[in-house]
Order: sequence, then C-alpha cells, then structure tokens
Amino acid sequence: MTILYAGILLGALGIIFGAVLTFASKKFHVEVDERVAQVRECLGGANCGACGYPGCDGFAAAVVAGEAPINGCAPAGEKGAKAIGKIMGQEAVVGEKLVCRVLCQGAAGIAKDRYEYDGYQSCATAAGLAGGPKDCRFACLGLGDCMDKCAFGAISMENGLCKVDPDKCTACGACVKACPRGVLKLLPVSAKVIVRCRNSDTARVARAVCMDACIGCGRCKKECQYEAITVENGFAHIDPDKCTRCGACAAVCPCKCITVD
Amino acid sequence: MSITEILLFMVSCILTNNFIFSRFLGCCPFLGVSSKVETSVSMGLAVTFVMTIASLFCWLIYNLLLIPLNLTYMSTISFILVIAALVQFVEMFLKKSSPTLYSALGIYLPLITTNCAVLGVATLNMNNAYGLLQSVLNGTFSALGFLLAIVLMAGVRERLESSKIPACMKGFPITLVSAGLMAVAFMGFQGLV
Repeated sequence: MTILYAGILLGALGIIFGAVLTFASKKFHVEVDERVAQVRECLGGANCGACGYPGCDGFAAAVVAGEAPINGCAPAGEKGAKAIGKIMGQEAVVGEKLVCRVLCQGAAGIAKDRYEYDGYQSCATAAGLAGGPKDCRFACLGLGDCMDKCAFGAISMENGLCKVDPDKCTACGACVKACPRGVLKLLPVSAKVIVRCRNSDTARVARAVCMDACIGCGRCKKECQYEAITVENGFAHIDPDKCTRCGACAAVCPCKCITVD
Repeated sequence: MSITEILLFMVSCILTNNFIFSRFLGCCPFLGVSSKVETSVSMGLAVTFVMTIASLFCWLIYNLLLIPLNLTYMSTISFILVIAALVQFVEMFLKKSSPTLYSALGIYLPLITTNCAVLGVATLNMNNAYGLLQSVLNGTFSALGFLLAIVLMAGVRERLESSKIPACMKGFPITLVSAGLMAVAFMGFQGLV
C-alpha cells in the first residue's frame, strides 16, 4: 500500500511541477527577436570582444536593438556587414579593411638584450620587471601575449618577434590591447609602406639599442616626392593617404626600418 | 530564535561549518568557476539565491507532505525534483521580471541544479530537524559561506596565474593544493561556536 502512496506522491509532484512550469513558460515567455539569431549567424563567431560587447550574442542583440552599428564586427568584415544590413534593412557602410601591423623589427640578435629573462612567459610580466628584458623600451618583447589573444591564429612568433599573417588577421584589435609595448597597430590594408620602428629616443641611443632602429635622420622625407613622410618624436611617419607605394623611401633608409609589402 | 542565536548560527554556517572547507559539498563549481573573481561572485550569488529558496520549499514538502504520509525515505528523490523544478521556474521568472539579474547570473543559474550543496542543505535541514526559519537561515548562511570560499579561491587563482609554478604542478594540481591549504586554514575556526 505504501509503495502506492510513494508512487502517487512522486507522480503528483511531477505533474504539479510540470504544470506549473508549463504555465510559467507561457506566462513568462520573453519575445526573442528572430533577427538576433540571423545576425548572430553572420558574425565572426570567435567571441573576440573587439566590438565592446560581451561576445557575439551580446553584439547581435545590440545590433537588433539598434544600439550597435551593423559594421561593428571587424572579423565579419565587409561581407558580414552587408549580410547584416540585409537582415536589418539598412545599407552597409564599410570603411577600408584594416590589418594589424607589427611596428618593430627588433628580433633576437638585432635588438640588444638588457638581461636574460627566464620568468613567466608573458610580455606583460616581463615588461614589469625593470622595464623589460630588451634594451629598447619600444621593442617587441617576443613572449607572445598577442599570439595568445589572437582568436584567429593569425600571429606567430619568429625569432623573438611577433609576425601577423595579413590574410588571417580580421583587425579585431585583441592583440593591440594585449601588447604592453604598443608595438601593434591597425593600419589600412592598402598602406603597404610602413615604418617598422617607433623608437623616439635620440639617434645615438636608438642606434645603440637596436641595429634596425629608426634614427629620425630624415633621408626618407627628402626622398619622398609626395610629401607623405614626416619625422616627429624621433622617428618617421608615413601618411597612407599621400603615399603612392613607390618605395623610394625604403630604398634610401640607412637603417632598413621602412618596408614595402 | 533570538538575535544572538541567529548571529552564532551565521558564524557557524559561514566559518565553522563552511560548506566547501569542512563539509566538502559543492566542490565542482568551487573548482570549475573560480578562475575569475567576477564570475565567482556571480556564481556565489546564484547559489545563495537558489539555496535559500530550495531550503524553504524542501522544508515545506518534507514537513507538510512526506512526514504526514510516512514517506520520509522518499526525501532525496523529492528534493531533487523540487530543486530542479524550482531552478527552472526561477530562471524563467528572472528572465521575464529582471533581465539584469538574469544576465548577471547567466549560465550559472541552470548549472546549480546539479550542485550537491543545494541538495546537501536540504538534507541537513531535514536531518537536524530544523524549523522553517532556521532552515531558510541555514540555506542563506551556508550559501554565503560558499560565496566567501569561492571568491577567496578565485583571488588565489588569479595570483597563481602570474606566478612561476613548476610545470608538473601547473593548473589543477596547484589549485587542489591551494584548496587543501585553505581548508586547513578554515579548520582554525573549529570550536569558535
């Protein structure tokens, strides 16, 4: 007899809870815009957080709510933005594709080491120890914080220097935030001629710490016929709008710190 | 219960009989969700929420249904049923009424269904024959003890992240050693109440 009671009790509890939950799911039903799922499909899907929202779901919800721009997802790129624009009934306005560039050539043997670092393998930790293991205070530390943060496998470490694969890079900017030295910068993909040094020390100091440091001599500036180059803070800057990718500057640079892709 | 008794009960639940460090209940989320302080706070709050409500409902089911029907041996299975249904209900209710709290608790809310600390508190209430108020207080205070433990652990693990640890101890080994040391430290509270 008792076993009957037990069965009835559990059955009754189960049915009551089931009924309450069914009722609750109707009563507390939250309308989810079907466009959220559609927009979510068009995104990069790496939850890189470059858009400023917590993950791709958060960004998709913000787009549908009209809070985020439809081209806010860098990894989705132009194609993704157009697809989202179709869902949202808006015209996608997309700027030029950006790509991450490494503004340092101080690989092992080129930039001088100040001390031998064998601590925790992280640039942020190393940078905090007496200003980092390299003599140049602008140099890539080569311990791969950017590589760890890259959700797309675009960064590799070669000879103590990070290297970005422009085809895989989606310009999400996670590496730029992760780098304690600010060595990485997002530049338009068409800016092929790049000054790969940001050492703003005087020529003597810069030259002493790295063989490939920009010493701010200004030869590139003189050589450039389009006035695209300026020398500020001790190193050269190239204006990508004026630059015609002729490569004359790279040819005369005595430090080989201007490269043409 | 007088105020003094309640305060003593609180100290006993949070420190002396800490759910994780002296009862060893709820160790799965304690190790799984303690890698960041922020998420551990969310997890702790979600557990507090569910354990308080579960204590209340399990007490009601046990004292109003199981005892009169002489079915006390059915307590475990009915508690599981109550907790699972309750967490589902709370999740739906929060999604509708308080999206902010819902998004703050996030994935941790459904995870709690399988947290043995919740079932543990219901069973303890029953074994110690606590009254309604004491059961609910036991649920809340024990969960606050859980919150304290998981937040402390998250703090320790954040420090461990940037420490130099021998390769063989990296990851879970060092985490388990730290948890053990913390449990030893919490043993110092024995005899406080």
